[in-house]
Amino acid sequence: MNAPAVELGEEAVALERLRYSYERGACVLDIPQWSIPKGSHLFLRGPSGSGKTTLLNLLAGMLVAPEARLEVLGQSMSALGSRRRDRFRAQHIGVVFQQFNLIPYLSVLDNLRLAAHFTGNTRDLERRASELLAELRLGQDLLQRKAAKLSVGQQQRVAIARALINRPNMLLVDEPTSALDPEARDAFAELLLQNFASSDNTLIFVSHDTTLAAHFSQRADMRELNRAWREEGSYAG
Amino acid sequence: MLVKLAWQSLMHRRGSVLLAILSVSVSLFVLFGVEQIRSHAKDSFNRTVSGVDLIVGARTGPINLLLYSVFRMGSPSANISWQTYQRVADEPAVAWSIPISLGDSHKGYRVVGTSQDFFEHFRFGKGRPLELAQGTAFDDTLDVVLGAEVARKLGYDLGDSVVLAHGLGSTSFHNHDDRPFKVTGILQPTGTPTDQALYISLQGMEAVHDRHWDGSALEPQTITAFMLGLNSPVKTFQLQRQINTARGEPLLAILPGVALSQLWQMLRVVENILLLVAALVVLASLLGLCIMLLTSIRERRREIALLRTIGAGPLQLFLLIQIEALLVLVLGACVALSVLSIGLWIAEPLLAAHYGVYLEGSIVSEQSMQLFGIIAAATFVVTLIPAIGVYRESLKRGLEA
Repeated sequence: MNAPAVELGEEAVALERLRYSYERGACVLDIPQWSIPKGSHLFLRGPSGSGKTTLLNLLAGMLVAPEARLEVLGQSMSALGSRRRDRFRAQHIGVVFQQFNLIPYLSVLDNLRLAAHFTGNTRDLERRASELLAELRLGQDLLQRKAAKLSVGQQQRVAIARALINRPNMLLVDEPTSALDPEARDAFAELLLQNFASSDNTLIFVSHDTTLAAHFSQRADMRELNRAWREEGSYAG
Repeated sequence: MLVKLAWQSLMHRRGSVLLAILSVSVSLFVLFGVEQIRSHAKDSFNRTVSGVDLIVGARTGPINLLLYSVFRMGSPSANISWQTYQRVADEPAVAWSIPISLGDSHKGYRVVGTSQDFFEHFRFGKGRPLELAQGTAFDDTLDVVLGAEVARKLGYDLGDSVVLAHGLGSTSFHNHDDRPFKVTGILQPTGTPTDQALYISLQGMEAVHDRHWDGSALEPQTITAFMLGLNSPVKTFQLQRQINTARGEPLLAILPGVALSQLWQMLRVVENILLLVAALVVLASLLGLCIMLLTSIRERRREIALLRTIGAGPLQLFLLIQIEALLVLVLGACVALSVLSIGLWIAEPLLAAHYGVYLEGSIVSEQSMQLFGIIAAATFVVTLIPAIGVYRESLKRGLEA
């Protein structure tokens, strides 16, 4: 609640000279310039080792590249201190992973409450939670169930709910469907887009599964973006 | 919310957490137990005698004199003649005197030959006088007054007859069977060694040892020690010196307070060693807790990455680990204190009967709270290792695919 109000620019992501290398490692990411307009639904194709996870970490403010100019939702990431960056991420950026999106021993409701807790805004959380569950076509009885007791498909949908509980303006989704069977993948992508579709909201969907690309209005490929990428690259992204 | 998360996380890892709680509670049990016995031992020590200005006995070490005259432990080295006692008791500075004659026992409890002055002048605790719970003080030669513990343990009532044994120990080959004593009074409990003795008159003491006693009044030949109350405390040192340097029978006069603290000084070494051992046991268990948390962090890397993703800062992760450690500590302390209360409840009569240590008052004393505060601080310091580990890890690592 105390984080600065974000001035939303026209571009959801604007970056220049973004280079990143892990400690004592080779450069894994080198993007001279790139931008994503606000409201984009971007399908970012990238095999493993293409630097996509590093890019997502930088966009989410988990990692920092001090020399680069990186603005996310109009906010310069390197200008924020680490605590403000954590708060910014909690409030404005939702993240869904391939797996392990939920604390297994907490109930679904507590997982959602925890996500809200870090933004400092837990007001009418239960109402928001049950609304989200309904929108994601999940039963209300799931709220009290432990996350570990859910099926994989349910877990991924609850992961969307968790990512959306704070009404973020940007959603970063990293290989969310690789644990799902093919029919469920399309349904998942549809559901995601339905619930997040808005002119303000930017979705970055990272996958190596090009069959899903049809759902998205824009496409990009890590291998073209990232100059540090080599086919036989010896680094892990 | 962090507390809830910490709690659920501990519940999730029930097995190893229970072991950690168990190890913490065992170590705290040892520490609190030692502290408990230490403080109560000191208390009950210091309250055994009060209002007595000097204790006089045959020349021996001051602590030995204190032990046998007040605590009824150990053996007197020699007796004092009745004449010498009379001479000192008649000094103008002396307000009252209590003669003490030891040597007999009854079923393991010592028999103290004394006079009516004992009931009148002896004080314990903060100057509390002795009171009779039932009956009256001894009047006749073969009357006996029982300490509260003796009456309770042996189930004696007023009017019961008691046979004394020569020497100490619960089995004696030489019983004074022919001279049974009659119980005329039972003292109120005092929580001091006074509860564990039988009191008879000096005449009675003479009578059981005189085979040819015909029932007539006897003049005591010797006594073991005596306590003095003075008219003015200012005279204490003067009289002490006078007794200690007097010619004739070699005597020793001690100030009970000084001798008590000397005795306590001796015990202090033991006390400190016990406390040190207990503290090391606690430290070992806290290190065990630290190891448990470190391994848990390795298992929970993805959980921690997830928490980072949804906006938890490194500081919050640091706190999460600290809260988990604190919860284990508090749970361990609860277990330790409840087991200790039960243990003390069981052990209290045994300790009182065999060692004269009386455990009174509650476990949750100011001191034990202080001790707990120190342990909590130590836990915080030890948990810094895993907590800082998480803190730094979370700064370096990003999301994991």
